Order: sequence, then C-alpha cells, then structure tokens
Amino acid sequence: MSLDEAASRLQEQFHIIQRIDFRGEISLELPLELLEQACKFAKEQLGFNFLTDLSSVDNFGDEPRFEVVYELYSLERNIHLRLKARVSEDHLEVPSVTHLWPTANWHEREVYDMMGIRFSGHPDLRRILMWEGYPYYPLRKDFPLEGKSSNTPDVAFSEPAPLAGGPFVTLPSPGHIKDREPRARHAEDQ
Amino acid sequence: MVTTAPAAYDSKVEGNIIFSRLDACINWMRKNSLWPMPMGLACCAIEMMAAACARYDIARFGAEVMRFSPRQSDVMIVAGTVTYKMALAVKRIYDQMPEPKWVIAMGACASSGGMYRSYAVLQGIDRLLPVDVYVSGCPPRPEALLEGLMKLQQKIEREKAFSDQKKELQGVFS
Repeated sequence: MSLDEAASRLQEQFHIIQRIDFRGEISLELPLELLEQACKFAKEQLGFNFLTDLSSVDNFGDEPRFEVVYELYSLERNIHLRLKARVSEDHLEVPSVTHLWPTANWHEREVYDMMGIRFSGHPDLRRILMWEGYPYYPLRKDFPLEGKSSNTPDVAFSEPAPLAGGPFVTLPSPGHIKDREPRARHAEDQ
Repeated sequence: MVTTAPAAYDSKVEGNIIFSRLDACINWMRKNSLWPMPMGLACCAIEMMAAACARYDIARFGAEVMRFSPRQSDVMIVAGTVTYKMALAVKRIYDQMPEPKWVIAMGACASSGGMYRSYAVLQGIDRLLPVDVYVSGCPPRPEALLEGLMKLQQKIEREKAFSDQKKELQGVFS
C-alpha cells in the first residue's frame, strides 16, 4: 500500500476536513472527535506502527486556536503520514493515544507542559520540562520569551530574563533581516 | 668569646622547625587541597573533565579529588546552564557542603545566564550562591578553569579566618 492509498482509505473511512499534498507529503486534518479512531485505524488497518512525533501549534488569534499534529510512520512500507486536529481554547482536551503508541506518553506530557493542552486517558499527565506548580505554558504565543516571575516554595522560582537590547535579540521591525539581526547593531545604538 | 644567637635560631633544631602565622599555615593547607564538587550541568562540564585529565591535570593544583558528595568537598564548580528547575537543587547541594566553602562560576551561563535569555534559565548562579571566582568563556578552555582555580587560591591565601576569630574572642572576654 502506497501513501496515497493509505490516505484514500482514511478519507473513505472518516470525515476529512482538509487534505494537503505537498512535495510528496500528505497531511489530513480531522475533527477532534474522530482523531483517536483515525489513529487506531491507521495503526491497525494501515500499518502505521510508529509514531515519529506528536506536537502542537498555537495559531494565536485564530479560532480554534490550537492544533495537534501526529506524525505517523510505517516501518514496513516506509511511508509517512501526518494527521492534524484543531483544538479550541475553551475545551483543551484531546484523547490520549498512549494505548496505541507508548511513545506518545512523553510527547503528550511535553505538549501539556508547553501548551497546556490536556490529554484525557493519559496514565501520568505531569509536566516534563518545567516543574510542578509552574503556573504558565511557555510555548504559547502570548507568553513572553523573557518569562514571567513565579514562585513555588521549595520547588523553584523564576524571574523575567533581561532581554531588551540584548546581544541575541533580533529587533521586531519590517526592515531587512540584515539590519535587524544582532550583529548589525553597534554597541552605541543599544 | 660569647656570641649571641638570633632569637629564632637554634642550631640544634635547624631545618626541623618553621615559624609562621597560624592563618598562613591554614590558608596554605586549604588552598593546596581544594576538593571540588563538580556541578556539571552542560558543556562546561566537558571542559572541566578535560581539566581533570592528564594533559591539563588539575592535580598539579591539588584539586583533583572530585567529590560527588557535598559533605566532602570544599569548592563547588558550577559548570553549565543553571535552569530554574535545577537551581534549587544546586542551592541545596551548596547548603550541604561544610564550611569553609567556595564557589567557582564556570562559563558564561553559570556567571550570567549566557546566551540563554529565556524563561527557563537562572540569569547567573550568583543570584543564589555567593560566587568567589567567575570564569569567562563559552565554554572556557581548561587553562581558564585552572586560572580561575589559581585566582581562588590567591583569594584563600589572603583570608584571615583565625586572626579574625581571635579578635572576636578578645571582644567577648575583655
């Protein structure tokens, strides 16, 4: 079965919102309710036995705001399929796929840690990079790079990092990249 | 003919007795056997290991006994990026070290946060611990760490722990 056949079978079986073919890669966007069934179908019927990655996107300003992305791979047939689903900010709950691919465990914890999307049915949904008790989700677009101050007694604290005019910050302006990047600026300008 | 010997000279014990100040002796002993607590957190730790190996040989300065127990160490070498999640663990290990103790902040990250101007990174370990010596570099070469160690030795040489204690006690008893 080729990638195209696999995608077609998924399209027959499920309601697909959007299919994008780009340079030999196929991305299928599904409604969130069908996502878990589609993953199960892809694994059991189409042979996508390996979950390469599970990530999330914050389309800040759009509705629904978030997007979860599943990168599926078939080790037998060497084909690669991408499934996506939109997640609304009002209901940040996505079904877990840890029962299909155990590797999803830590990927889902990372998505939860960085974006705040919860995975229902996950066996151990804790933060993985930041500490328990940290009140923010740092990879969201409305979270500043320098961070926010927080304090969890006996665990950790955080303070905003000094960023303005720092040596590693590209200036936000519509100008050409060569005028914005850090090495273009002289010490006296800062 | 009677000759008078100098006050601190006796030919019978010559070569066996040395007169010195207690502080100078203590400082000399301390500075030449600094046992490091290798707080290796990132790539600086690789350079620290290189400094401990045969080519650079930190043993020449008496600091080769890397102790992975804070109870047995004198100087904490904070080598690498200190994230907020790690920061309190570093602080806790520092608190467990017995006095007297010193801290070397090795590399840009441990000294100032370095290139990690980010929500997750402590902007310099000096926000939590009293740092004695900062070593610049990203990462510093082993020679730079040895230079930092020598700077720390010079600092220890000038300490007046015993004479200060004596002054304090005189204040109490007089």
